[in-house]
Amino acid sequence: MIIKMIISIIAYLILAPFVGGILAGLDRKVSARMQGRVGPSILQPFYDVLKLFEKEPITVTKVQDFYVMIFVIFVIASGVIFFAGGDLLLVIFVLTVASAFLIIAAYSSNSPYAQVGAERELLQMMAYEPMVLMTCIGFYMYCGSFAVRDIIVGTSMPFLPLIGIFIGFLFILTIKFRKSPFDLSMSHHAHQELVKGLTTEFSGKTLGLIEISHWYENVMLLGFVFLFFANGTVWGAIIGVLVCIVTYFFEVLIDNSFARMKWQFAFKSAWIVALVFGVINIFVLYLIV
Amino acid sequence: MSYIAKSPWVIHYDGSSCNGCDIEVLACLTPMYDVERFGIINTGNPKHADVFLVTGSVNEQNKEVVKQIYEQMPEPKVVVAVGICACSGGVFKQCYNILGGVDTVIPVDVYVPGCAARPEAIIDGVVKGLAVLQEKRDNMVKGIDAPAEEPEAAAEEEKTEEGGEN
Ligand code: SF4
Repeated sequence: MIIKMIISIIAYLILAPFVGGILAGLDRKVSARMQGRVGPSILQPFYDVLKLFEKEPITVTKVQDFYVMIFVIFVIASGVIFFAGGDLLLVIFVLTVASAFLIIAAYSSNSPYAQVGAERELLQMMAYEPMVLMTCIGFYMYCGSFAVRDIIVGTSMPFLPLIGIFIGFLFILTIKFRKSPFDLSMSHHAHQELVKGLTTEFSGKTLGLIEISHWYENVMLLGFVFLFFANGTVWGAIIGVLVCIVTYFFEVLIDNSFARMKWQFAFKSAWIVALVFGVINIFVLYLIV
Repeated sequence: MSYIAKSPWVIHYDGSSCNGCDIEVLACLTPMYDVERFGIINTGNPKHADVFLVTGSVNEQNKEVVKQIYEQMPEPKVVVAVGICACSGGVFKQCYNILGGVDTVIPVDVYVPGCAARPEAIIDGVVKGLAVLQEKRDNMVKGIDAPAEEPEAAAEEEKTEEGGEN
């Protein structure tokens, strides 16, 4: 049991950046194809990050690198807890703490663009947090435990009884992946009214670290999607991985077919989805389980 | 092995141009030319950029802006002057407020002539700039602390070589 846990932690620490980076590369390639372009190589995100590590370090305030470092550590820690089979609630709160530190880092630079980005990031957190919590509650009600290790060996797939929660989770995944229409605080595309939002004042190595932790985070979030299909068998695992890939493709499609929305829309729609799909699903679960 | 030449991020600044060259710079991003093939991304942020594309000449008002953008970019960085206005002042040269080409305020590494410079020429200019970028990176690793000297000499060569058209 312990050995298995240690193996999965090490596998996560080593493999997640590769998987996340390749997913990001595929994202750019597929996006380019959707727009009728050739697009960069699939390894482009790795080149970008390696290049960032080669650049001259420029920091606005010394303290911002410290905050970013804490952000990176907490993002990785939340993934470690998840893949070690830990508590789902702990996972999401550690992730929230991580985001809070990135926001503090952006505020500490005193740049107006970074501050507007940070403010929008706070609004985004408010938008997605209820649905994330409800996802955990749903898993608890169906599987009787918050621990990932118990959920993953459950006898039946939580997908059908949690279908409303699944839809809601997909919705907020667009916010978490920083995809249009909800890439308000920072985006990988050329929306430039905010310069680069949250990351305006970070450059070189610091920006590279943020990018890497984004990969870690994406893999962990896809792990959540996987949980909906885990039933302790190989077939459950295969279906889970396939659905993760389809989900990612779906997010890229959404990203390319929408313009950026205002934060009011992001906020309202995320809460309405959480209330309609999340709450109704939990109520039904309450009746049947 | 250095990755700097594989992922050049570009910032584009429009000095006092007629807007012709700017349209051509943006045309490079379209599916027709698709510069993202080379990993080139158009960022709006000097702190993320490696290549500074300037179109149009420099005047008394934007002199400080050009300088500031240049100073905010982390090393290694290259400057590409796009269009004859950015190279020498072009048709605006005689105006009372014009200082001349971009090289009157910051060191320029590659000159792309043309009025307007064609997208192919711009892409070619950026790709030429990558060699300079690589060289600056190598100097940085070696600890040579005068990146401004050498590229300027290289730039002069470039100018005589390519600037024959104007
Ligand atoms: S070079 Fe020609 S097209 Fe370009 S900015 Fe100058 S006048 Fe306009």
